[in-house]
Amino acid sequence: MKKMMNKHTIITIIVLILLYGSVQASILLETINPFYQLNLILICINIILAVSLNLINGFTGQFSIGHAGFMAIGAYTSAIMTVKLGQSFPLAILAGAVAAAIVGFLIGLPTLRLKGDYLAIATLGFGEIIKVLFVNFEYVGGASGFHGIPHITTWTWVFFIALFTVVFIRNFIDSSHGRACISIREDEIAAETMGINTTKYKVMAFTIGAFFAGTAGALFAHYFYILQPSNFGFLRSVDYLVMVVLGGLGSITGSILAAIALTILNAALQSVAELRMVIYSLLLIVIMIFRPQGLMGNKEFSLKMFKRLGRGEKHGSVGNR
Amino acid sequence: MEHMQIFFQQLINGISLGSIYALIALGYTMVYGIIKLINFAHGDIYMVGAYVGFFAITKLNMSFIPALVASMLFCALLGIVIERMAYKPLRNATRIAALITAIGVSLFLEYGGILIVSPQPRAFPDVFPMSKLTFFDGKVYMTNQQIVIFLVAIILMILLQYIVHRTKIGKAMRAVSYDQDAALLMGINVNTTISATFAIGSALAGAAGVLVGIYYTSISPLMGIIPGLKAFVAAVLGGIGSIPGAAVGGLLMGVIEAMVSGYWSSTLRDAVAFGILILILIIKPTGIFGKNIREKV
Amino acid sequence: MKLNKKIAFLLVLVLLTTIAAGCGGTKTEAPKEVLIGANFELSGNVATFGISIMNAMEMAITEINAQGGVLGLPLKMVKSDNKSDAAESTNVATKLITQDKVIALLGPVTSTNVLAAAPVAMQYKIPLLTPTGTAAKVTVGDDGKTKEYIFRNCFIDPFQGQVGANFAVNTLKAKTAALFIEKNSDYAKGLGEVFKANFTKLGGTIVSEEAFVTEDKDFRATLTKINATKPDVIYVPSYYEQDGLIAKQARELGYTNPILGADGWDSGKLLEIAGAVALQKVYFTNHYSAFSTDPKVSKFVNDYKTKFGSVPDALAALGYDSTYMIADAIKRAGAADPAKITAALATTKGFVGVTGTVTMDDKHNPIKSAVILSFDKDGNQIFVESVNP
Repeated sequence: MKKMMNKHTIITIIVLILLYGSVQASILLETINPFYQLNLILICINIILAVSLNLINGFTGQFSIGHAGFMAIGAYTSAIMTVKLGQSFPLAILAGAVAAAIVGFLIGLPTLRLKGDYLAIATLGFGEIIKVLFVNFEYVGGASGFHGIPHITTWTWVFFIALFTVVFIRNFIDSSHGRACISIREDEIAAETMGINTTKYKVMAFTIGAFFAGTAGALFAHYFYILQPSNFGFLRSVDYLVMVVLGGLGSITGSILAAIALTILNAALQSVAELRMVIYSLLLIVIMIFRPQGLMGNKEFSLKMFKRLGRGEKHGSVGNR
Repeated sequence: MEHMQIFFQQLINGISLGSIYALIALGYTMVYGIIKLINFAHGDIYMVGAYVGFFAITKLNMSFIPALVASMLFCALLGIVIERMAYKPLRNATRIAALITAIGVSLFLEYGGILIVSPQPRAFPDVFPMSKLTFFDGKVYMTNQQIVIFLVAIILMILLQYIVHRTKIGKAMRAVSYDQDAALLMGINVNTTISATFAIGSALAGAAGVLVGIYYTSISPLMGIIPGLKAFVAAVLGGIGSIPGAAVGGLLMGVIEAMVSGYWSSTLRDAVAFGILILILIIKPTGIFGKNIREKV
Repeated sequence: MKLNKKIAFLLVLVLLTTIAAGCGGTKTEAPKEVLIGANFELSGNVATFGISIMNAMEMAITEINAQGGVLGLPLKMVKSDNKSDAAESTNVATKLITQDKVIALLGPVTSTNVLAAAPVAMQYKIPLLTPTGTAAKVTVGDDGKTKEYIFRNCFIDPFQGQVGANFAVNTLKAKTAALFIEKNSDYAKGLGEVFKANFTKLGGTIVSEEAFVTEDKDFRATLTKINATKPDVIYVPSYYEQDGLIAKQARELGYTNPILGADGWDSGKLLEIAGAVALQKVYFTNHYSAFSTDPKVSKFVNDYKTKFGSVPDALAALGYDSTYMIADAIKRAGAADPAKITAALATTKGFVGVTGTVTMDDKHNPIKSAVILSFDKDGNQIFVESVNP
């Protein structure tokens, strides 16, 4: 068994190195189309957001729909660091992430006592409040947006930060903390009875999720020149929620696949112009009706899966929640 | 203007707006009460209601009452169709999947609407001659439209209260919302009851749409998003699942918004609305009229 | 049933991949047409404006092609939706330039989205013409240098705001003014700031400064507050949907003094929304009057009416003119070459459009005269005065 794991780990590492190297080489040689490059970077940013939201929604079972708010905090904080305070980019990313984590912690502490839909509503409300506050905050341009952010984010940055996010969250879930989070998802009362401090783990998951959302926000801000509060509204939060649910609640690889698929879909739908949102909404409805548990359910994508599929084993479902 | 007069004017403005929120919030609360789904498409049904009223008045030359009824019937039908096609298959799926479907339906109605009726706002015809009641030597106004909105909202709420508490279908709704499985065992047709709930809730949203049309005179395909969210907050404020709660929550929301805009700043209005929502949720998550339910282990 | 679900799901996947593949598959071969890119807000919060402009542009393209196109080839517009989102605007501009290989860009609508697309246009040296981005910094960088490839075809905020303030003080004899500004619109914010500065400079006092957000429909609460300060004029530089509602609700609440606006007020819908009574003593600055007797204007207005069933608004007129302006520049450049088109755009002189005669200045802003319009008792637009820059 251990040998198996090693073999898989090695294959994974080789694939990752090849992926990074080939893209980086084609960027350096300028053989890659800039539009594809832009979307590859967007895919990595979306992976960070989807995987971190999955930790909150999928693994800990806390229904959050305000992820764009944390992203906005990370984006604005990091942009203030580089534009207004003249700090370096790594420091700006860290500041954005920490700021988002602090807000996540402060918001999480009172609201995480709420359950299910009530928590969803509260996080939605917070997302909207953060947006309104930025609209009224003239220091960062108010409603017309924060201009003149340097274009620093590169493929290397997003690739390794996305990789770090995935590895970190995967390891967190495999740790005893992570197991505690999953136990909260499965049955909060039972978890509490077993002596798990549910509030602590819920806030922990929420804070970590916010931290990575802030990181993604910082990377986003330094790629797209301009930040505007209206772009961090409810619909952006929904985009990430869709990635998590489409990929499968509680499946990291599912989130990654969904982030890739939806980013490509988004780019492809640009040209259908007026029909874009109609097609998108229909796809959303149809996918949810036919695959409510998402692409991967709560299973992870791995090489072993093909073997299992070959034997015709049944897919698992998420169960009732 | 005297302070008291400004205050009363803001109160009247707030109550008119609140009546509309209340009508939309009722639909939210009924649907949530029965299938525990936050029906994000509800605000867009309200938009459809406004357009049906618009076409009924301008193209079919209907007067106000027939147009209102036509819009309510159309929206009731639309509500049933949406429930049967999009939500029914997901009744046993996770709540989050159902929620995303609801968002999908909402986007579909918004952008489908843009394709069909064009994105440009339409001007709702004046169905009532412009006249107003005045108080305090003419310094505080209540327009015809405001009076009609208030009256229609009250009549519809009384009608709803009657349906829910005095009719067979109302009894079935309450039974299903209390315990779906037990209701099924008692011979209640759960599917029909849920459809009826959607029909009634959507009809109320349709009525709100027509009222907004005559009040603001301008309607557009994306008009449902913000009132939808606000009405939803109102429903939570009053206690989601509770019909009087939705009515009170809606009125309260309208008055709070008018007061914040009037005495503070209208740009902070949404932040205040959501801030109050969060405060209520933390202090009393079940809202003003909600019942505390102890979780059974 | 289970099998059905699986099959349906696979179908969806296939659909997804074909859409994705279709995106990569559109490559241009020999030039059979001249491609210009349109980066517009076709969904999201300002979709209304984006689609309006788009319609007028498509009308212009059809007309241009009916007259033989440009350089002997038909002109083709590649449409893309930027979701009213700055990042998407960058994304769309990149796609139009590097994927579709367009030789010029039109759009977006809002200054912020133009600013998000501008670095891409600058990097690939493709001319970008926005019909509506009014903020001064759209065409001029932070270093004070004109952005070589960025052009606009609308008034800049400083000009229109100043015209409004002069009119308020000199013609309306206003001593006090209230500002009612759409907080999340850079257009309204920019105009409001300029108006305020000029009005104060001319000796007036701003007695009240209030704000609203685009989604608002009920302005009664704030208007009640403004009305209490008894201003001689209220300046409302937004778009007609909000403007019409504001005029109507202000009059309902008993405000009788003038209301002053900007080119966003220009729309046939305004009268329907506000009603003729509310539009008495309403004035606004504009590029042209849709009720002008100029044959070019009346032809455009009639064609637009036949096609879309309504009188074109200022946005539609600007979109229409911008399309012709690009076509004119391509013709003058004599080749489908971005550098030559850029040069031709920069030297636009005496271009006669629906919205007036345009000459491009060295900051890539159009020099054209403004008119001030008002309404008669039936709510029809009437000409008040003309202001030259």
